Amino acid sequence: MLTNISRLLINVFSSFFVLTLFTFGLTHFFPDGSSFIYDPSLSTSLFPDVSLTMHQQELGLLEAYINYVTHILSGNFGFSSVRGTPIMDDFVIYFPATIELAAAALLIALVVGLPLGIYAAQHKDKWQDKLIMSGSLIGYSMPIFWWAMLLVLFFSIILGITPVASRIGFEFDIEPITGFMLLDTLLSEKHYALDAFKSALHHLILPAFVLGTVPLAVIARSTRSTMTDVLNADYIRSAKSRGISASKILWKYALRNASIPLLTAMGLQISILLTGSLITETIFSWPGIGKWLLEAVYRRDFAVIHGGILAIASFIIIIHLVLDIFRSFVDPKLRRKQ
Amino acid sequence: MSIQSQFYQQTRVPSTLARWWRHYKRNPLALIALFVLIVIALIAILADLLAPFDPARQFTDSIHIPPSWFDEGTTTHLFGTDYIGRDLFSRLVHGARLSLSLASAVVVLSAISGIFLGVLASFSNYWINSLIMRVMDFILAIPSLILAVVIVAIIGPGLPNAIYAVAFVLIPHFVLITRSAIVQETSKDYVTAMILDGASKSRLFLQSILPNILPPIVVQLTLAFSIAILEISTLGFLGLGAQAPHPEWGTILSESHHNIMFAPWTVAIPGLAILFTLLSINLVGDGLKDAMEPRQK
Repeated sequence: MLTNISRLLINVFSSFFVLTLFTFGLTHFFPDGSSFIYDPSLSTSLFPDVSLTMHQQELGLLEAYINYVTHILSGNFGFSSVRGTPIMDDFVIYFPATIELAAAALLIALVVGLPLGIYAAQHKDKWQDKLIMSGSLIGYSMPIFWWAMLLVLFFSIILGITPVASRIGFEFDIEPITGFMLLDTLLSEKHYALDAFKSALHHLILPAFVLGTVPLAVIARSTRSTMTDVLNADYIRSAKSRGISASKILWKYALRNASIPLLTAMGLQISILLTGSLITETIFSWPGIGKWLLEAVYRRDFAVIHGGILAIASFIIIIHLVLDIFRSFVDPKLRRKQ
Repeated sequence: MSIQSQFYQQTRVPSTLARWWRHYKRNPLALIALFVLIVIALIAILADLLAPFDPARQFTDSIHIPPSWFDEGTTTHLFGTDYIGRDLFSRLVHGARLSLSLASAVVVLSAISGIFLGVLASFSNYWINSLIMRVMDFILAIPSLILAVVIVAIIGPGLPNAIYAVAFVLIPHFVLITRSAIVQETSKDYVTAMILDGASKSRLFLQSILPNILPPIVVQLTLAFSIAILEISTLGFLGLGAQAPHPEWGTILSESHHNIMFAPWTVAIPGLAILFTLLSINLVGDGLKDAMEPRQK
């Protein structure tokens, strides 16, 4: 176990090393690279001291890089070149919103996608399987910016049952405590806390469903293929021949063995969810990382783009680390390897 | 025992291509999808002949005309007109040409560089190999659309830059597929036999390995094609790819989505075009996968 974890840590460190090298190099490609040079009195520049010295060739490249990494490790991601505020402050506000949306989307995708995939695997090559697989292929091919607009048109404009945009009704004033709107409304001591919670949930449903569409389809497809592999395995046949009930075979024998490849597939969803959040948040005016990053692109705020991509990539590295550790606990094969 | 079985039966061994086709056409859905895809490609090629009007021409007296199957629709404008009176059908037909050709350019660019890097990685020493693979792992770790948006932000919005960005983002998939296929093949006996026969590296690769790693690469090509269409249209929708007068599908959507309440067809029809194209490409890809690697079904 220990060797496993140390191997994972080495992996993470090397990933982080490559990442910082990449983002460090990226600053040289920014078209407003000149803006890193200005006078030190401008507090809005990205890492004033680092870039200044770097561009003035006072420090060697190596020293500049070490300086850069120290800043990042101490949580200083630079300053927005449009508003002059620290990027970390923005990130702390917007990140929970994205996590909330992505978690809700993943939940929808899992709750719907897993049973559909299992059901399709049980009825392999029958019409139920074909129907589910065609449906998931449509979901997989869906341009979600169009899908979002269609759902808004149908549910919000024609039927009028869901809100069009934002995280909560404008009549509620909720103090941010954790940054997660659902938690904050529950923790709030205002008299309308419960109504606010309902409103937040109400605002969350449609964007979460839009964001969850592609992961749902992918999860259904990968569950089906994993489950058909497992259900064809010899130990399932021998379990059947011993007269073990079908439900016990499914839940105790098949699902357990299918869970490990499924966990790997789940890790890949993080990337899909973050990509989708860029589009979903823009369409639903959801104040999250994706919208923040895209607005920075429109404003050509390169300091924010730089900080944003660094933060997103670090987040993905951490998620993969957590998943790997989790897997090394769950998977007996990995446990035995040491 | 019949007389026939006493002789060697004359069998015709079908070529690999014929075998693939024989497997492929057993799947009716994949056949329909291939047909649809060919029709879309023909529409894209014959856009000038098929489109009744110039995609940029504005009919100032007929703004927001619904499609012809509505009561208020006219037969002159099959799919209706948009908010400045441009014929939607003509725009979509020209958009098909734009989207398909851009996506082809993207796929060709990224496939050539990706396969080259994959071959380089698998035939070179430990250090170059791990350098390439590390970099590719890293590019894969960043969500592709976000990376493409950042690249466009750096080199500036517009069509050619969007193509470079999407092509760059797709490279790692080709590298990984190529390398893992080569690694899998080289461990097989026939390759060892060829090495023992004294085949050179280039001969080994071109004569024996390349034909055997084609199936996963072809499947990856279709996958990359659908991702390319989706990402180019997404960039167009976000205003970072094709710019407004271009009839690119995503750009059409971003222009018309403000008018979704008055003219829902200007949103619904272009989106359906994207969906149908992606769906048929993915179905063809699934069919190819089953046809070329029947054992892995």
